[in-house]
Amino acid sequence: MRRTALTLALLTPMLAFIYLPVLTLVLFSLHDGRVPVPPFQGPTLEWYGRILANPRITQATLASIGVATISAALSVTLALLAGWGFARHSVPGRKWIEAAILMPLTVSYLVVGLGLMVSYSSLIPKSPPLVIIGHVVLNLPLAFAILYVQFDRDQAKLEMAARDLGATEAQVFWRITVPTLKIALIAAFALCFTFSWDEFIVAFLLSGFDPTLPVVIWGLLRTGLDPQTNAAGTLVFLVSVTFALIVELFLLRRRNAPLL
Amino acid sequence: MPLSSDLSIRNASKHFGPTRAVDDLSLDIPANTYVVLLGASGSGKTTLLSILGGFTAPTQGQILLAGQDITLMPPARRPTATVFQDYALFPHMTVAQNVGFGLSVRHLAKPQIAAKVTAAQEMVGLAGFGPRRISEASGGQRQRIALARALVTEPAILLLDEPLGALDLNLRRQMQDELRSLQRREGRTFVHVTHDQEEAMAVADLIVIMNHGRIEDHGPPERVYARPRTRFAATFMGDSTILPAAFGPDHADTPPGRLPTRPMGGSAVAIRPESVLLTESEGTLPLGLLTVTERVFQGAFARITGRIGDTDLRLRCPPADAPAPGATVPVHLARNGAVGLAD
Repeated sequence: MRRTALTLALLTPMLAFIYLPVLTLVLFSLHDGRVPVPPFQGPTLEWYGRILANPRITQATLASIGVATISAALSVTLALLAGWGFARHSVPGRKWIEAAILMPLTVSYLVVGLGLMVSYSSLIPKSPPLVIIGHVVLNLPLAFAILYVQFDRDQAKLEMAARDLGATEAQVFWRITVPTLKIALIAAFALCFTFSWDEFIVAFLLSGFDPTLPVVIWGLLRTGLDPQTNAAGTLVFLVSVTFALIVELFLLRRRNAPLL
Repeated sequence: MPLSSDLSIRNASKHFGPTRAVDDLSLDIPANTYVVLLGASGSGKTTLLSILGGFTAPTQGQILLAGQDITLMPPARRPTATVFQDYALFPHMTVAQNVGFGLSVRHLAKPQIAAKVTAAQEMVGLAGFGPRRISEASGGQRQRIALARALVTEPAILLLDEPLGALDLNLRRQMQDELRSLQRREGRTFVHVTHDQEEAMAVADLIVIMNHGRIEDHGPPERVYARPRTRFAATFMGDSTILPAAFGPDHADTPPGRLPTRPMGGSAVAIRPESVLLTESEGTLPLGLLTVTERVFQGAFARITGRIGDTDLRLRCPPADAPAPGATVPVHLARNGAVGLAD
């Protein structure tokens, strides 16, 4: 009994700290009034209608979807190829290259963003493509970390068996490697997509005249509190949660699946 | 590709740093032979199999198949197929897709693949299992799927890496019989790696006993069991009493006395427990009085350990005839019961 009480006493404030702001955000996106402050009135979907009618927000949403999709696809592809290369071939200086690939995980987003802004904006104008490059820099290590561990001995044995049965290297890659890593690939893609989707600093520094959604929401915030920001924030949150759930579902299912 | 061909290993070596996993090994395997590579872990048997499959390049030496040098031929083009120890079935494919994989990567027509896959599944007793998922298959079924998947490509040589290691005893015995009859029917050479000497005797035409990357003995199971060539072969396959011996032209002087045998270049003779008898008959030779130290009941027979002078000796007898510990009984050596060994 005492342990349960203690657990509750610790857990309740912890969950409140994490989820209360989000719940408030979501709740006041349905607020029927000009300023999102208590007491709550409504509900109304008016603010959702407004943001969907706001071309700045809809364009930013499209830009965000584009940036997230392309940067996630690029990160996963590069990570898959890097993982396959490292796992299946002897690469001189492998440890150093691995460390170099994983390094951006430890570098602050601000440093990566500034670095890209200073070094590339003279070559590539600030635009969504530059944001994509920035997000690949940030997400590649993550995708690599997820995928590299999948190239274990069991996986190697499957590829060996396929070669033994007469498969060419391309057939091994497309018919064995990619399908058997499908779940990890989906999980890595979903994670990269989420991180790119609500990433602010790099997008702010590099997106120029076509800002992504988090940058536009930040712009809205500067003009004062408005239930529209709540509505836009809620949309960003829902998309992130959806992808996080996908990751959770696939990665957890994979872990619990019986090993062959 | 011919159905089956002579396989020849010439002076093959594989060095891993200072370790010689396979050490200057030569062996000729006639077509249509069931070969068992028998040895403890670390004996080099798996490395040799891997060299035959093309997964490991030998440091030196050649592998010839039907006279053709295949030493450096990659596994994909080599007329060998492997049944892996843990089967390495493709988890994302059905049973039929697994079995048909080797045909579909060769771009055979769909109906042709379907027909061959059906035939292969029937051959291993898995007719109708095609649409099932691999995760639904039991250990024994996975073994059969792996066999069908390898055999459907019609390899000249089928390589089996500890294929029955994961199965329980009853299923293992059953699969031994099936592998044996499958090899007879298919008329291909099977090269089977195991550390289980009973399994080796049950299936092999030719047993190759390996130790430290070299061949200790090779030949038909009956011969290898009855007349092991070396001390290692005599103790690794079956039970043996090893006696130090000084050889004459047709005899060996051992602690219990002079025994008729041919010298093989070593300094020991082996005596199988079933060659030590409690009763005298024609052709037997008295060994002396055995003082029994231990009696172990083993079902169909009893295992007796005793001493003649300073020499330990083991024998087998029907449980009803077994002398009790402490008893002293005369024992006799069966005809040809002493086998001279090489070192």
